Amino acid sequence: MAAPMSNVEEIRSRVILGEFGVKNVHTTDFPGNYPGFDDTWDMKRFQKNFRIDVVHLDENSMEFDMVGIDAAIANAFRRILLSEVPTMAIEKVFIYNNTSIVQDEVLAHRLGLIPIKADPRLFEFKNTGDESAEEEASEIDTIQLQLKIKCSRNPRASKDSSDPRELYLNHMVYSKHIEWVPIGNQADVFADSCIRPVHDDILIAQLRPGQELDITMHCVKGIGKDHAKFSPVATASYRLLPEITLLEPVEGEKAERLKRCFSRGVIDLEEVRGRKVAKVVNSRLDTCSREVLRHNDLKNCVKLGRVRDHFIFTVESTGIMLPDVLVTEAIKVLMAKCQTFLNEMNSVDME
Amino acid sequence: MAGEGEKKPVLEMVQADGADDGCVTFVMHDEDHTLGNSLRYMIMKNPEVEFCGYTITHPSESKINFRIQTRGGIPAVEPLRSGLNDLHDVCQHVLNTFQVQPGAVFCCNVVLQMNITSYLWEKKVNYASI
Repeated sequence: MAAPMSNVEEIRSRVILGEFGVKNVHTTDFPGNYPGFDDTWDMKRFQKNFRIDVVHLDENSMEFDMVGIDAAIANAFRRILLSEVPTMAIEKVFIYNNTSIVQDEVLAHRLGLIPIKADPRLFEFKNTGDESAEEEASEIDTIQLQLKIKCSRNPRASKDSSDPRELYLNHMVYSKHIEWVPIGNQADVFADSCIRPVHDDILIAQLRPGQELDITMHCVKGIGKDHAKFSPVATASYRLLPEITLLEPVEGEKAERLKRCFSRGVIDLEEVRGRKVAKVVNSRLDTCSREVLRHNDLKNCVKLGRVRDHFIFTVESTGIMLPDVLVTEAIKVLMAKCQTFLNEMNSVDME
Repeated sequence: MAGEGEKKPVLEMVQADGADDGCVTFVMHDEDHTLGNSLRYMIMKNPEVEFCGYTITHPSESKINFRIQTRGGIPAVEPLRSGLNDLHDVCQHVLNTFQVQPGAVFCCNVVLQMNITSYLWEKKVNYASI
């Protein structure tokens, strides 16, 4: 069992899950709040205590622990991941012909939401300010895509077939039918990293013989705050590390019941002198349900809490960029925000 | 005040008549909880600061009112400046720590330099290379 924590230390560093509510929700370790504590910002101390452990990383998702940072800053990273890391997405749709059953505006909306595999760091934001430049699509801020497809009867279909897949050609329009049309020098610059939709199998529309689509699209750089289609993540979230402490030994039938109150793998039963004794083995797996507090004989045996400065981040990419790249980009965005205001203050001082 | 004139202002200072430099409301345009709350945390960590808080004026206005009151007559721009600097340094440390993770690809620069001509590298640096 862990060494008991002093009361003040617990208020400062743990969020407590009580039977009727959550205690110590807010950060309170500010200078002047606690006599005997020096809560002034100390970069050295922060650097000593801060750590990141990558738990899982693949091309679409990652999980990592960020320890020793305040919720205000961890939350800033999360918010930036959702809404301020830029990506490229279809912004303008020029419909030259659409005889399908899908209305133009619905089709345009569907196209906008398709993730486009293109590194947004290699493009500029398009200037919306001056109207004259509005229509000009240039190689540094726009990707041009084309979707040109017509459905026809399959001449080789058997007579008595009723399966559309056999009867028609091109009757399902997928994202793989979207083609990239390089502008200017883009063909050379992006030769290795072919620009295309992330997924090939997103259904855009269904056609019947004679119906056709003839569409040109312009992708621009944007951020999720403007439209969710620009958001680079499927989800980005964090949770605090759960901490379960047994205050007294729990044995026998009570131990069995205690084990069942938590997620699988949190509590284990050990054999001690012929009796089963409960032991917390991995509180990280817990969902922080408060089931145990409904058992009157158990609720005083355990303390449920969460570690205030231990964030378990989960980042799931849409596939445009690797999840670890997204996190570094998010951190850079927050740095850029600080720099913007510092520059602004310095330029005002000079005037 | 800051940024008045032809450009859209980024930062403005609002002070009540007769108030000293220690009590200032900064208006930060195009910002929200993301910068507001993290910057508030850093500034609250400063013992010279008596009060720091922010509000979002209205959901359809993209600006925040960021209030700082200092102890002992220090101008409120000082804690704001050091708060921004501290937050910047915190991010730098988080970034450095993240990039040395064995699991994490040493991202940005490697990917960028692989197939990009120096021409592009010069032109597209604004967001990516701080």
